[in-house]
Amino acid sequence: MARSNKPLLWLPFAGGGLVAALLTPVLILITGVLVPSGMVHLRYETMAAFAHHPLGKLLLFGAVALPAWHAAHRLRMTAHDLGLGGGAAIKTACYGAAALLILTAAGALIAI
Amino acid sequence: MSRRPYMRQVERSWWLHRPRYVAYMIRELTSLFVGLYCALLAVGLIRLSQGAAAWDGFVTALASPPGVIFQSICLVFAVYHSVTWFALTPKAMPLMIGGQPVPGMAIIGAHYAAWAVVSIVVLIAAGI
Repeated sequence: MARSNKPLLWLPFAGGGLVAALLTPVLILITGVLVPSGMVHLRYETMAAFAHHPLGKLLLFGAVALPAWHAAHRLRMTAHDLGLGGGAAIKTACYGAAALLILTAAGALIAI
Repeated sequence: MSRRPYMRQVERSWWLHRPRYVAYMIRELTSLFVGLYCALLAVGLIRLSQGAAAWDGFVTALASPPGVIFQSICLVFAVYHSVTWFALTPKAMPLMIGGQPVPGMAIIGAHYAAWAVVSIVVLIAAGI
C-alpha cells in the first residue's frame, strides 16, 4: 500500500487550528488593543527574558509556527475550492510562505 | 484511471450562490488573517532579537493607526475562527466515556472553558 504523507500534514494542521483558536485571539487583543491603549506595556527586558528562557522560546515558537502551518494548509485547500488549481504553484506558495515564517521565527528565537 | 478524467466545470463564484457557502468561505478565509498575524509575530521576534531600540520601534508600530486597524481586522477573524473551530469539535473528535457518547455541547463547552482559562492566564502573564 502506498504510504500517505497526510498524517504529517494533518497533525500540525489540527494542532495549529486549536492553538489559533485558544491562543491567537488573546495575543491580538494584547498587541492590537491593550498595548495601543496603554493598558499593557511589553517592556524589552521582560520580553527578552521570556524569549531567553527555553520554555519561553518553546511557547513563542508554538504560538507562531503552529497557526502559521494551519493557515498555509487551509489556504491551499481554500484556493482549490476557489478554482485556483491544486497544482504545484499554490502548494509552493502556501507551504513555502509558512516554512519561511517558521524558519524566521526559529532563527530569531535562537538568536535571542 | 482514464487518461483524460472528466472534470465538471465549476464557476469560480459558486460560493456566492448561497448564504451557507458564503459563511463557509468566510470561515476558511479566517486562516488568511491568522497567517498574516503570525507573520507580524515573526517580525516581532526578529525585532526582539535585534535589541531594545528595534523592539521599541516594533511596539510603536503595533500602536500606530495602520497597526491597530490591521490587528482589529485580524481579531474579528480570529474570534470567528475560534467560534467555528469549537463548533466543529464534536464532529471532528467525538468522545466516548464509559461506552457512552459525550454530548456535543459538553465537548464545545470544554473548549470554551479552555479558551477562557488560556486567555486569562496570558492576560495575567502580560501584566494586565
